[in-house]
Order: sequence, then C-alpha cells, then structure tokens
Amino acid sequence: MVVQIDAEPSQEEIDRIFQALADATRRDILVRVIEREQSVSALAGAYRMSLPAVQKHVAVLERAGLVGKTRHGREQRVHAEPERLARARGVLDAFEALWRHRIDSMDALLAEGPTKEPKE
Amino acid sequence: MPVLDVEKDLDQQTMTVTAEFAADVARVWALYADPRRLERHWGPPGWPATFVRHELVPGARSHYFMTGPDGERAHGMWIVREVDEPRSFTVDDAFADDSGEPDPAMGFTRMHAEFEPAGERTRVRFVSTFESVEQLQKMLDMGMEEGLKQAMGQIDALLAEQQPATA
Repeated sequence: MVVQIDAEPSQEEIDRIFQALADATRRDILVRVIEREQSVSALAGAYRMSLPAVQKHVAVLERAGLVGKTRHGREQRVHAEPERLARARGVLDAFEALWRHRIDSMDALLAEGPTKEPKE
Repeated sequence: MPVLDVEKDLDQQTMTVTAEFAADVARVWALYADPRRLERHWGPPGWPATFVRHELVPGARSHYFMTGPDGERAHGMWIVREVDEPRSFTVDDAFADDSGEPDPAMGFTRMHAEFEPAGERTRVRFVSTFESVEQLQKMLDMGMEEGLKQAMGQIDALLAEQQPATA
C-alpha cells in the first residue's frame, strides 16, 4: 500500500502529530474515532478518567489535526482526519524506503556470486 | 525489483516487506548469518554498517555501528530472540552506546524474517514491529533522512517504470 502525500508537512506539524501519537490513550482514542465518529462523553465512557481529561486528550489530537469535531444537535462528535493520518504514514514511507534499499543491497550481494569474498 | 509487496499498518505498528531473491535459501540466509555480508546491506543509504560482534544464535547480542557521511558513528545492537535455521529468525534492534548497550530512550524495533524456497529462488518475508510511530520517527531522524530522501527519489523513479502505485 502506497500512501500519496501531497505536501511535505513542516517540522512543527510533524512534531505536533508525533507528540499527539506518543500517548497510548490518544492513540486509542484515534483508533476508536477512525472506526466511527463519536461524542467525547461516549469516548470518556471507555476510560477510567474524567471527562475533562478525555477532552484534553481530544484537544491535543485536534491541535495536531488528527481529529476534528462536528456539532450534532447538543453533542459534539469527534471524527478522524484521514489526510493528517496519511502524513503520519509518511514516516512509514521513509521506513519502507530503508527496507527497499536493504533489499536492493541484498539482491546486489547475491548477484556477486556465492564464492566472492566481501570487501573490507 | 525483488520487492514483491509492502504492507504498512499504522495501528498495529508493523511493516511487512515480501521480497524474492534469485538465490537458494542457504545463500539468502547467509546474508544475515555472516556479519561480513550483513554489514553490506543493513545500513541506510550513506550510512554503511560495520558489525563488531554478530552471531545468529538465540540469546546472542550483536553490536554494530553505522558511519555517516561526515564520519560520525551511530551504534546499534541486536538481541537475537529466535533462530530456526533456515526457516526464520527474530531479532530486536536498538540504538546503542559505543559499547553496544541498548539506548533505553529509543526502544526496540523487532524484525522477524521468514525464508521460503520458491523454485530456484527464495521468498523472504520481513515483519518489522516498532513501539510507536514516534519511536520510528526518532529512528529515522538519526541522521538518515538525507540518504533516505535520495533513495526514495531513486525508488520513485524505479516504481514509475515498473508499475502504477497501488492504493
């Protein structure tokens, strides 16, 4: 799976995204809202922490652009922002590039033949 | 291109790369068992690796360093977890100090490799599991970005020739 990224995120944006994703609760919240949009109080029901604490986590995710909020009558629902997630995936793309490089190097080594001694 | 498939899973924090090599299992296995061969493909572009210590046996600890374009060294280490020669092995990879002790701040990346004969060729599945995207970012930030960008440019060019990107 190759994820296309339109623009290079700034270092500041990347930092915010990774700070947001550095916390296990926030990652969990993100997974839940990727599955389906839901209210902060519904999210809070899933954790042993206060509503304001969950609100705080949601706010960090929102500042990183990973989630957004929409109003539905009296409640605000949290949804995932897939574009930003794609940017986080950019890190995985870099990891993929590392592995492709390794595999090309392995392939080149094998092409040298079984008896050739590696150079110093 | 030997890479057949790449699967990335942000939620599970894994990346699985499947590749097929034009060699028998024993020769492909040796690329990981023999430190002189291993060091010729492990380092990122522009950061060749040197394995100071390496033995692919369970419980063994490998120590390596990668030399950057300005001569700076980034040390790394492996803890060999499982070895089922010539079918599979699992190692935990970490950044390390210059004596090969793992850096606890950086965490480990697990690599599991499975080897399977495919006619006269060998198919290998590499599954990397990292602790968090942040950890992976830190790892990739360790002076490797430039080299990676270069490699990615080359790879993009290759991919454009080979096949359309799959979504």
